Amino acid sequence: MSANTATTASIRELIRPEVFPSTMCPGCGHGILMGAILRAVDELGWDMRRMLFVSGIGCAGWIPSPHIAADTLHTTHGRPIAFATGAALFNPDLHVVVIGGDGDIAAIGGNHLIHAARRNVHMTVICANNQIYGMTGGQVTPTTDIGTITATTPRGNEEPPFDLCRLVEGAGASFVARWSVYHIRPLIRTLKEAFQHVGFAFVEVLSPCPTQWGRRNQLADPVALLERYKGLCVPKDRAAKMTAEELAGLFGGGWFWSPRLGNWGAARREGRPTSLPPFPTHPHQPKRGEDGR
Amino acid sequence: MPEIVINREWCKGCYICVSVCPRHVLEVDQESFDHGIHPVVAARPDDCTVCRQCELLCPDLAISVLGEGAETPAAEARVEPAPGPAPRPLPAGWTTVASPLPAGRYFLQGDEACAEGAIAAGCNFYAGYPITPASEIMERICARFAELPGKRVFAQMEDEIASIASCIGAAWAGAKAMTATSGPGISLMVENLGYAIITETPLVIVDVQRAGPSTGQATRPGQGDYMQVRWGAHGDYEIIVLSPWSVGEMYTETIRAFNLAERFRVPVVLLTDEGVGHLRENLTIPPDVRIFNRIGPSDREPPFGGRPVPPMPVFGEGHRLLVTGSTHDEWGYRRTSSAKVQAELTARLCTKITDSLDEILASETYLCDDDGLDLLLVSFGFTARSALGAARMAREAGYRVGLFRPRTVWPFPAEALRAVAAKSACVLVAEMNRGQMLREVQRVVPDARGYGKTDGEVIAPGEIWAAAKEWLR
Repeated sequence: MSANTATTASIRELIRPEVFPSTMCPGCGHGILMGAILRAVDELGWDMRRMLFVSGIGCAGWIPSPHIAADTLHTTHGRPIAFATGAALFNPDLHVVVIGGDGDIAAIGGNHLIHAARRNVHMTVICANNQIYGMTGGQVTPTTDIGTITATTPRGNEEPPFDLCRLVEGAGASFVARWSVYHIRPLIRTLKEAFQHVGFAFVEVLSPCPTQWGRRNQLADPVALLERYKGLCVPKDRAAKMTAEELAGLFGGGWFWSPRLGNWGAARREGRPTSLPPFPTHPHQPKRGEDGR
Repeated sequence: MPEIVINREWCKGCYICVSVCPRHVLEVDQESFDHGIHPVVAARPDDCTVCRQCELLCPDLAISVLGEGAETPAAEARVEPAPGPAPRPLPAGWTTVASPLPAGRYFLQGDEACAEGAIAAGCNFYAGYPITPASEIMERICARFAELPGKRVFAQMEDEIASIASCIGAAWAGAKAMTATSGPGISLMVENLGYAIITETPLVIVDVQRAGPSTGQATRPGQGDYMQVRWGAHGDYEIIVLSPWSVGEMYTETIRAFNLAERFRVPVVLLTDEGVGHLRENLTIPPDVRIFNRIGPSDREPPFGGRPVPPMPVFGEGHRLLVTGSTHDEWGYRRTSSAKVQAELTARLCTKITDSLDEILASETYLCDDDGLDLLLVSFGFTARSALGAARMAREAGYRVGLFRPRTVWPFPAEALRAVAAKSACVLVAEMNRGQMLREVQRVVPDARGYGKTDGEVIAPGEIWAAAKEWLR
């Protein structure tokens, strides 16, 4: 019946059961995302001892720390990608996964995000985008939609949000994708692809926050909030046929192509290489002539 | 028949599972009430098609659906992961290695000697951001890493915040990491300096001071970072700061900085200034270097407690480490509400340094007679060279004047100073700031006076001698 082989029973081996029930609010999309990440790892059969999960501050920072039973580095606010860069460069055998929220990755950490994408550092960055600062009390973030009520925009947000996928794509990331937690099966599939990608992979995951976002915007019911993402996300193929007016306020779901590599999905299907070599771990290229150049 | 297992302890009652079940298998049990919520029950398990949508969308990992197509393939598909790498053989701490730079005499700049000292100490990760007057360290490291064998990683990062952050990440991946900057860069780094302190990450930060505040004078020396490198980060902690005064010490003190960082699992600051950094002098490189390599955990030993300086594991060896900048217990679990854990952690961060002052403190005296002095000069870094010149001028004029120079400026070598100052009639502190070390000296000698200068010029020996004459009179 199910295409997935990872069950909750099998992914329980990948968590620290002593810290459950988790610290997240009832109905938090970050819990669904955590399950999706664990299922992707489990279905790949990867050794958790070779994985490093780096996270920042906030609700999303608590997805790996302390729930996931692997090496975890819970860093300062906005800096997880910078910390991860050091670990990934020094030990390329580590599978480095960065998990941060939209405030962490896009606001205070925006500089590190675009530079890691530009360098094509070998790591997977997962942005758990709930469009709000959850843990600090529901303030506006760079990805909050126009008109949204937050603690710091009581009359509705007036600033246009970032489209993180297009931002990272423009910075040169070699793998960019977006799903909501509602689209759980394609999300797991995409996470598996992202983990296996050699180079910088960015996955934006739209994740509902009933407590801070929902409470202020008349959608405090976790189920109703999850349904909202069902309506907001348009598959990429359908989005391509829609006008800008029709797409306003919606999220193109699925994968995006990279200017460096073309459509990674097509490249994978056709067996073409899907990435550039990772950011060199050695600063000096061989001298001219040494390797025949 | 499929079996639906619901962990009522983990369930928080969001009922996403109930709403997404297409066959209405799950129901909210309105009759009973567990830990504040109505539990979910599998009312019609016969109708379950094992689509597992409830399980996939449960934020709390509280539902398992067991049945055909679920548990059996999982058991078969699961590839037993290869065993992790063998744990490192336990390093014995101190060891002597051959110098990477062939023994002999070299004519080097202070910044270059610092880079050579780092490489001799085993530095194999450098991340930095260009800044005057520290950039020569980065340039020398970059060139030398390319020549030398072994795994060595150099990265020019997007800013100073990323530089120190990636050094911390690399240190936990097993590297001996260093970054170098000047005052404006230190200002950016202090947040992650605090992170390195609470996570007990060995790290060397070189601060080649320039005149400030803010951008100040990029190519002029200053000593105004004396307090910032000690007190920059918020919270309660101890940190080690060393201050070389010559090109030779830029080499030896950088090695000492790495050894202390590894020995005590603490970030160590090498506090120098533009005067020493851009100075060129002869430097004699010995054939051997004595270095300290961090101690790994023996068996299941906690990485953040248990002894004053706990052993430090490495990412990727299967320790399942929890490293966090939040208050944590000895295994790394966040305990941010525990008064006891916070008190013990901050106490140990301080006492692991203050209980080992014998290993950390270093100071020197020059021209100090056993039977007493008319005046004692106290100075650090480049200014101490001028102070020694001033002491010699005073000797020629018939006064008994000596010099006390701390090589470890934090923790401050108060006892060593007290011993010398007790034999001196008065004390004068000379520094390129408006009295930052003076306050520290006054805690030992309350009536000590200061001579400070903040015009971006080094202090000449004659200026210190002139100030000393005022005090002697």
